[in-house]
Amino acid sequence: MSSALDITQAVNPPRAAFLDFPLGHTTGKPHDPELQRDILLDALKGFSAAVPGTVRMLPYRWDETEAWKTNESEKSDDRRDRHDTPQYQCEADRQLADASRR
Amino acid sequence: MKPRISKPPSAPLQYIDIIDERYGKLGYAPYRWALHTEPPPWVPLSKPLSECRLGLIASGGIYAAGQVAFHWKDDPSYRMIPMDIDSADLRTSHFAYDQTDARADINVVFPIDTLRRLTQEGVVGALTAHAFTFMGGIYSARRVREDMGPRITDALLEEGADAVLLVPV
Repeated sequence: MSSALDITQAVNPPRAAFLDFPLGHTTGKPHDPELQRDILLDALKGFSAAVPGTVRMLPYRWDETEAWKTNESEKSDDRRDRHDTPQYQCEADRQLADASRR
Repeated sequence: MKPRISKPPSAPLQYIDIIDERYGKLGYAPYRWALHTEPPPWVPLSKPLSECRLGLIASGGIYAAGQVAFHWKDDPSYRMIPMDIDSADLRTSHFAYDQTDARADINVVFPIDTLRRLTQEGVVGALTAHAFTFMGGIYSARRVREDMGPRITDALLEEGADAVLLVPV
């Protein structure tokens, strides 16, 4: 799968399916299992592709305006710090992981 | 009734340019993007997907509750996610994408329920016992290619994978 067409084309994998959605949505929209199924069904057809390096262009659009694209290209830097310790989604996870390791 | 006129879709974003410019402004040297001009390795499927065992690799920093989460400084580790896990037990840990929707529904970066459904429907023959996940914000493509990649590949082959779906973020 891919959400970044130019990066994928540079990598040139055997088979790819490009979904033009914002980053973090490589396989669909949340709580939309029918769309997720359509996307994956479409992508999996790539396994029968005969030409190596084919990128299937999936026909789904995030919304009518695609305003997310303007927002993404105008961002300066919104990444978080590169912490070198495990970053848990929630504190309960950290406690569970610590308990598992004891 | 008036016909609904739709805007045509706009072009995909040029992420290489966007990221090069963004990091250039922050004072970083240009990134050496992975660029392969030779034809990719190629093995056609020997049987239909409905008879294949499919593996899943995802780079969105997915981990299971109880596992150690990823750190964000070129973490070279991967997690094995049992493919019969309750998707409610999955979490994300990544610095480079907005995880809000992934945390609301993991299937947008780790399509486990979707794949289980397609397997039940017979579109996919079977799934491997585990999926393999990592935190893809790793600066060195070489490290992934020479270390993590072969280890995950060997593990998937041991689990009988005929084909693998890669889901990056």
